[in-house]
Amino acid sequence: MTRRIVVVTAGLTVPSSTRLLADQLAEATTAQVTARGEGLDVQFVELREIAGELAQFMVTGGVPTPRLTELREQVASADGLVAVTPVFNGSYSGLFKMFFDALDKDSLTGTPVLVAATAGSARHSLVLDHALRPLFAYLRAIVVPTGVFAATEDFGSLGLADRITRAAAELAALVLSQGGYGVGGFAPDLAARPRRTSGNDVAEVTPFGDLLRGHTGND
Amino acid sequence: MQFGIFSVGDITPDPTTGSVLSEGERIAYMTRLALKAEEVGLDVFATGEHHNPPFVVSSPTTHLGFIAAQTEKLLLSTSTTLITTNDPVKIAEDYAFLQHLSGGRVDLMMGRGNTGPVYPWFGKDIRDGIKLAVENYHLLRKLWREPVVNWQGQFRTPLQGYTSTPAPLDGTPPFVWHGSIRSSEIAEQAAYYGDGFFHNHIFWNKEHTEQMVRLYRQRFEFYGHGAADQAYVGLGGQVFMASSEAEAKRVFRPYFDNAPVYGHGPSLEDFSQMTPLTVGTTEQVIERTLGFADYVGDYQRQLFLLDHAGLPESLVMEQLEMLGTEVVPVLRTEFERRRPAHVPSDPPTHASMVAAGPDAAFHLIEPARERVEAMQAEAQAQQQAAGATA
Repeated sequence: MTRRIVVVTAGLTVPSSTRLLADQLAEATTAQVTARGEGLDVQFVELREIAGELAQFMVTGGVPTPRLTELREQVASADGLVAVTPVFNGSYSGLFKMFFDALDKDSLTGTPVLVAATAGSARHSLVLDHALRPLFAYLRAIVVPTGVFAATEDFGSLGLADRITRAAAELAALVLSQGGYGVGGFAPDLAARPRRTSGNDVAEVTPFGDLLRGHTGND
Repeated sequence: MQFGIFSVGDITPDPTTGSVLSEGERIAYMTRLALKAEEVGLDVFATGEHHNPPFVVSSPTTHLGFIAAQTEKLLLSTSTTLITTNDPVKIAEDYAFLQHLSGGRVDLMMGRGNTGPVYPWFGKDIRDGIKLAVENYHLLRKLWREPVVNWQGQFRTPLQGYTSTPAPLDGTPPFVWHGSIRSSEIAEQAAYYGDGFFHNHIFWNKEHTEQMVRLYRQRFEFYGHGAADQAYVGLGGQVFMASSEAEAKRVFRPYFDNAPVYGHGPSLEDFSQMTPLTVGTTEQVIERTLGFADYVGDYQRQLFLLDHAGLPESLVMEQLEMLGTEVVPVLRTEFERRRPAHVPSDPPTHASMVAAGPDAAFHLIEPARERVEAMQAEAQAQQQAAGATA
């Protein structure tokens, strides 16, 4: 079965070192998945291209453009996510955060995520742990243990390639384990099957009897 | 089919002149708008309800009563009545009183309100929004339908031996709509009671409106009030008209670009594509509005938003004139032309509900209860039968 991952990259220039890192992560993940005898589709989301639409989404109180609607759907149904941001003023970029703010809070529940960041200096390297991990923890995603941070100087060192491989292997293992939730009935369903919603569709209806229970004034 | 206007009652500076109305001027302007709506042949005037600046519309029944005294036929409604933060006991009294003043020219649209701080100002919590809407509305139905109410709920002090006065006019409570942009629970609520469902429509993409209305229609049928296409649907709309599209855009653009809700965001052109906003000729407005029925089905009420974003009264009155004399007459004919015979043209009115008599399902607190209980009993019997054979 071919799996599908989404690679979100928030680089602003063309070409950008953030995209360069995203490409390497995607390539390494593909290699790890195919090495295990499975196929992988990789879909890139260049946030730069939808910056205007994200701003519109914010100021209209959340009206999605057709392209955002599609992206929300694709992220919510992906088997894994690679999220790469440049470091701006000590954290992820505003554009990076806008994309995740435009997602439904339940769209990454249980999704394996590889976090990565680029910066001009190694002094920002904890950004993965103090900014990106908390964001994805809130979204109940599963962040792989190895995060990949690349300062400019790292593009000339062998250590970066090793970290990329290690992170990709971790992500691949989780991506391939998606869908194997064990035998039904042995664990509460909520824990067994993470519910993901893109936020595009009207929520499933709760029968009114359930909504009214305890509110009829005589019970 | 009913056509009308709805107002949120905002005071927004005119971006082209910087001029700002006083609260008194804005209230008087809204009143003149309502009177003009009747004069140009519209059916409905609906006022918003807000309890924070820049809005003036904190006391809808006071305002609607004043308008009722100066009109003959106009149906007075709300957009919306805050079912969460108002005491349902006071809603029951105020709107029954308004029915008596206006000769039954009243219906209401329930809404939750999305301004967080308003809830604690009225002793409530926005996180209880859906529960408040459910419990308070259920109590409101009882207050309008039971002569003596005993009640103990979660959100207000209990009632023992309480009688709401005055009782609804002719023993017939006003028709109720439920408005919600995103909450499936509210579409479900409207369907459960056989009430109307109104979608604001104007701040959202049409695919979303379509989904919400479809859900309401399916559940209306499920609860046994009629076929899905017979459910009572209302929609909002937003238009600005001139002799040419270019002229309409030229005049409206500064108001659009600075509007409180979507200003400084998408372009007028993009927003017109994403939402039902139509800025152009009366012909374009007619064509676009008729197209609404293609995705929500034949419906019963269309309200337009005209007085917002700092548009001056002179411009809005011109819009209302065009709407009443050039647009709505064509819409009336064309909407009826496409409507199948079994789909009602109008939502229930005071006259139609009185004519239906005191035994009509509408007078039950829960018209769907018997049906739901029967379905539950059947499901249980089937389960038992399955258990017996296993």
